[in-house]
Amino acid sequence: MWSSERFRNIVYQIALLSLVGALIGYAAYNLVHNLESRAIAIGFSYLGQEAGFDVSETLIDYEPTHSYARAFVVGLLNTLFVSAVAIVAASVLGLVVGIGRLSPNWLLRKLAGAYVESVRNVPLILQLLLWYGVLTELLPPVAEAIVLGSAFLSQRGISLPWPTPHAGWWAALLGLFLAVLFAFLWARAVRRRRERAGRAPAVLWPSLAAGVVLPLAGWAVFGAPSELSTPAMTGFGFEGGKTVSPEFIALFLGLSVYTAAFIAEIVRGGILSVSRGQSDAAEALGLSRGQRLRLVILPQALRVMIPPLTSQYLNLTKNSSLAVAIGYPDLVSISNTTLNQTGQAIEAITLMMAVYLAVSLAISGLMNWYNHRVRLVER
Amino acid sequence: MHPPASAHRPFAARSLDWLRENLFSTPANALITLLTLALLLWAGSSFVSWAVLHAVWGRADVATCNALFGQGACWAVIADKWRHMLFGIYPQGEQWRSALAVVIFCAIIVLSAMRAFWHVWRLLALWLSGSLLCAWLLAGGFALTPVPTALWGGLPITLMLAVFGTLFAFPLGILLALGRRSALPIVRAASIVYIELVRGVPLITVLFMASIMFALFLPEGVSFDKLLRAQVAIVLFNAAYIAEIVRAGLQALPRGQYEAADALGLGYWQTQLLVILPQALKITIPAQVNSFIDNFKDTSLVIIVSIFDFLYAVRQAVISDLDWRHYFVEGYLFAMAVYWLFCYAMSHYSQWLEKHLSRDHRL
Repeated sequence: MWSSERFRNIVYQIALLSLVGALIGYAAYNLVHNLESRAIAIGFSYLGQEAGFDVSETLIDYEPTHSYARAFVVGLLNTLFVSAVAIVAASVLGLVVGIGRLSPNWLLRKLAGAYVESVRNVPLILQLLLWYGVLTELLPPVAEAIVLGSAFLSQRGISLPWPTPHAGWWAALLGLFLAVLFAFLWARAVRRRRERAGRAPAVLWPSLAAGVVLPLAGWAVFGAPSELSTPAMTGFGFEGGKTVSPEFIALFLGLSVYTAAFIAEIVRGGILSVSRGQSDAAEALGLSRGQRLRLVILPQALRVMIPPLTSQYLNLTKNSSLAVAIGYPDLVSISNTTLNQTGQAIEAITLMMAVYLAVSLAISGLMNWYNHRVRLVER
Repeated sequence: MHPPASAHRPFAARSLDWLRENLFSTPANALITLLTLALLLWAGSSFVSWAVLHAVWGRADVATCNALFGQGACWAVIADKWRHMLFGIYPQGEQWRSALAVVIFCAIIVLSAMRAFWHVWRLLALWLSGSLLCAWLLAGGFALTPVPTALWGGLPITLMLAVFGTLFAFPLGILLALGRRSALPIVRAASIVYIELVRGVPLITVLFMASIMFALFLPEGVSFDKLLRAQVAIVLFNAAYIAEIVRAGLQALPRGQYEAADALGLGYWQTQLLVILPQALKITIPAQVNSFIDNFKDTSLVIIVSIFDFLYAVRQAVISDLDWRHYFVEGYLFAMAVYWLFCYAMSHYSQWLEKHLSRDHRL
């Protein structure tokens, strides 16, 4: 019987299964025992209790009297927000630096190379600590804030004039959204027309026009508000306007500058992977260097770039957890406070890991879908 | 790139050619050159003025630095605190042991980069003996004064976390990679779940788990060292990444290798150990070096669970001293220089290796 491969395979797998099961069972037994002796109840009921701690930055309404569950959502939204903003900034900066590394200009090429080599060889957390230290210790205190027009730069971050809530501003935002939608649909219609008729109207100018006209129209129709709330110095900080905290700025700068170095290398690799003949052919057609890059090289390079780009976006999102080192209230930082207050370590850490896992899977799912869309269709 | 014809023209003319070709080929190019030059001159001159011309060098007291605060760097903070930065609170009289451990860890890394050591047994002997020697140096016992782990700190800890973190993650990573490609469904499922679970979460959450949750999973009264817990977390985390690299290597091997091993009548483990792994691991060497660099940088995250690594020591040395605490920029720049030196050297080695291997080991 032992000489039968199938039998042996079944035995091996049962052995593995029972080993893993025994380990989990042993850990669970100890866990229950330990929690009993510390009088901690297992379960997620703590989420409904009053949190009692304040959070310095929130995207949704939050008070210390709200529940732990709401605090958790606040942390999650902060993580998603800073990751999304940093992903956009890192992509733009990475694209510029990556193209710069292949520039015919020697100086620009070397400068871009120096940026990549110096940034990616230093741990991110060290860069974050340096940004944060510079922003909070070396900038002047509130009373001596640097004045930039009606904005202020101080140890408390940047305080900017900000529109006071009014329907007109929301209408303008809606207009901007509609303009983006229009640009997207217009580009698609133009592409179809070009495929059918060979010639097609421009994409850029009508889209830009929509981007200006629609928000303006929304703003004007709903009462054309012009009231801005300008920050004013009070004893301890600023009243009015919008203050962006140094924690957020440090995290945003750190994440984008660091990830941009990796994205630049991906962009460079992607462009180099497009064969020389493509560029030569485009030049023979009379396209300028900018046009060659935009119309011929980048669309093909994108295909090679997407899988590594996905993992960089995932890295950035996971790296946003370093926020806890500089006190930005992200998912990890809020979970940490929660578990210190309630003692529900298992639940808080499990919940935090589960959410990161879900976000990671969502991002890679999205990028896989995009990758599938832009794949090379062989005819 | 000069055309060969220009090779015997005078140097000045060749330099002009080079300038015209690389910096001023078109008006747009010339504009970029001038703008970049302006930026470089502006940033470079203010940096040099701060970091070199107006800086306080060598040993000096705080008052000297304070007089120049904002205009010149205070490198005196490093001259004053370099021992604390490099070795943490390790007993002063015993710090030669920390220094020796750093040298040995570096030797392990440098020797592994040499071709002569690229044999399983030699590598294993090198890493095991080196690591044991360092552990003995740091911990003491056998003729050395014992030093508890609570006093360990600084650069040796960073290197230890990175080196042990790779050494022990490697076998686990190989097993996981083989498991993921196994024909046995339960083994495959278990490997996939482990790998994807670990790769989907940030290292910090794993460190939190190790520093807070491990204790709850062990029988009451049993606890193990804080440093060891962080080390275990790093090993478990790295294993998932190493597994994916090994899997890529396994996938790159042609089917013929498996079929040939089958035809010779080799069993599963014989096939893997004698035929598949030696070839697969060789392909993945550059990727493994890159993963080691990431691992080396990631060890700095342990400061979040209060492990006294190099970054923590630098931070502690400067921030905790009320007199010197304003000079944290200098401290962080020193730490950056050290990390940069390690990572830059390794990444260049990895790039060189990639070129070298692809030239003479085409599969």
